[in-house]
Amino acid sequence: MTHDIHIRIPHVTRVEGHGNIVLDVKSGKIEELRLEIVESPRFFEVMLKGRPITEVPGITSRICGICAISHTCASLRACEATLGITPSAETIILRKVLLNAEILQSHILHLGLLVLPDFFGKGSVIELAKTEPEAVQAALRLKAAANEIAALFTGRHVHPIGMAIGGFKAWPEKKVFSKARAVLEGTQKDLDAMVSVFKTLTPPPLERATNYVSLTADKEYALYDGVIKRSIGGITKVADYKDVINEEVVRYSTAKQSKSNGKSIMVGALSRLNNNFPLISGEAKDAAKKLGMAEPSIKPFDNNTAQLIECVHTVYDSLKLLERDIPDGGPPARATNKAGRGVGAVEAPRGTLYHEYETDKDGIVVSANCIIPTAQNLANIERDIEAIVPSIIKEPQEKIALTLEMLVRAYDPCISCSTHFLDVKLIGGGNG
Amino acid sequence: MSVRPKIGVFSFSSCEGCQLQILNLEREIPAIAGLVELVNFREAMNKISDDYAIAFVEGSITREKEVAEVEAIRKQAKILVSLGACAHLGGVNSLKNPKPKEEWLKTVYKTTDVFTDTFETKRVSDVVKVDYDIPGCPIDKFEFVRTVFALLAGVAPRLPDKPVCAECRVKPNPCLVEDNELCLGSITRAGCGAICPTYGEECVACRGVLKDANIKGLTKILNDRGHSKTAINGKLELFNLLAKIEV
Repeated sequence: MTHDIHIRIPHVTRVEGHGNIVLDVKSGKIEELRLEIVESPRFFEVMLKGRPITEVPGITSRICGICAISHTCASLRACEATLGITPSAETIILRKVLLNAEILQSHILHLGLLVLPDFFGKGSVIELAKTEPEAVQAALRLKAAANEIAALFTGRHVHPIGMAIGGFKAWPEKKVFSKARAVLEGTQKDLDAMVSVFKTLTPPPLERATNYVSLTADKEYALYDGVIKRSIGGITKVADYKDVINEEVVRYSTAKQSKSNGKSIMVGALSRLNNNFPLISGEAKDAAKKLGMAEPSIKPFDNNTAQLIECVHTVYDSLKLLERDIPDGGPPARATNKAGRGVGAVEAPRGTLYHEYETDKDGIVVSANCIIPTAQNLANIERDIEAIVPSIIKEPQEKIALTLEMLVRAYDPCISCSTHFLDVKLIGGGNG
Repeated sequence: MSVRPKIGVFSFSSCEGCQLQILNLEREIPAIAGLVELVNFREAMNKISDDYAIAFVEGSITREKEVAEVEAIRKQAKILVSLGACAHLGGVNSLKNPKPKEEWLKTVYKTTDVFTDTFETKRVSDVVKVDYDIPGCPIDKFEFVRTVFALLAGVAPRLPDKPVCAECRVKPNPCLVEDNELCLGSITRAGCGAICPTYGEECVACRGVLKDANIKGLTKILNDRGHSKTAINGKLELFNLLAKIEV
């Protein structure tokens, strides 16, 4: 056996956006390995230039349909940092509930509809529904519940309505809060069912320690608020994100790759859990125990498990946040004509998301920058592929391709997000 | 008809949120799956086929390679439906159009010798014939269901011909224009259930401006309430820049 492999997986399916995997192995040695991002660029930085800052959260929400609330929250935080506005505690509670709902809906979409079919040898959730109807139904009900929470407060999940700088344009009526509590309480059985299903799965074995990066906070499991924590490198203020995340141009991809001190990093559920496990809710800790993940993990495939643990957390965290009806947090800010510069960061489902804006004295955007979680993970995914190839090299080509796809999918890449603000360098005019 | 029509869902330059709205039909998907055969939906399945009769196309066309791809879809599909504002109107993607291409590339990539095949944002109908539109940013998922059912019944799907105000009144929502907000509901095609004003936000005309809309009338009212022509045009162009409507 010479162990020559030539794998081309064009347009990896069941991920969000367009990406290809390229792997060439000659005599057992990796000659070429690329995760190519081939999504078309949309030039959001250009779109934002010249717009009033009040329009910015609504426009940047359109970067990604799956993480629309995360983009809106990061954008609002950056706008407020730019203008020197502090939203009310009530406004922040509602934003946290919405971010929780988005993380739940995104994780469940990923786990139930995109990941689970692999473990049961199915091509899609439609096929999976025929053999595992209970698991699929549970996932769909959880996803519907998450969407309902978002819809209760902002009309819909895809492009939330009324989230504005300084406050909400319309404060929900009292009955919305009791309805939201009922929806959240109704998810327990389906969360248990998902935990039972994932407990039985055996992902491909792969261990590779890396630099786990996420927000972190003293008193809560950091999602909406916090400072940047690197498992190797310590704590950094959000405003200094450029000291931590260095972007690198990659010749074959329309997305730039992020590194820290020249080395790949990982962001997302596994990093958050590794960095902040003691602060996750008790119910989520119980789920972690059942799933065998109560300790920090260096297995990339555990990102799936970490997402499920976070699903449990988001539900119980929101129940706590909504323990009582939240009184009106006040209207959005009116005075937004101010020169400034500011950075906002939140934990999007796939990892830390940064927005940065600069305005002139009339509150018109002069420049904008966003760093998207998937771009931060790309280099790390390639390092993981390098690490897993030797152990699967003797498998049939088809099996290798499936394992690589599963590995890429475990990171839950959101490719349509990852290119919109990123630098690119192409070889010979080819776009991959 | 015993054979279920084959359907493809395709995505070009967009946030993919309109596809997600289809996946958000959690309760309806099983019923729809019994009536149609989904053969090409890359975000959700891995066995994809190019044998389909109805194509739903999301996203704007912004690159040479996308032109060839959408032309191939048009050639294959008996019926092509645009899915959402990016495909239907150009949407927010068009905001880059008034600026020179050199500026887009320099701002984002610091150089102009990459992405030479990217061009001004186009609507799908600028490139190929579109049979029907499902408007909105994002689409209303039930409008998608109604469109599918109409096509299955062999009936042309119809969009509402009234303004968003008509739906706002029956809610009933307080009028945002009377509240001095720059709301475009009176000139915008209904069908969204006035969802934005219901949650306190002005209508931004993401479903497109009605053909016989009284734009002059609205402009006068908004001018009287202190909104400049520049501000009105700025709001209109968020989703309708390519329609070249100016007040």
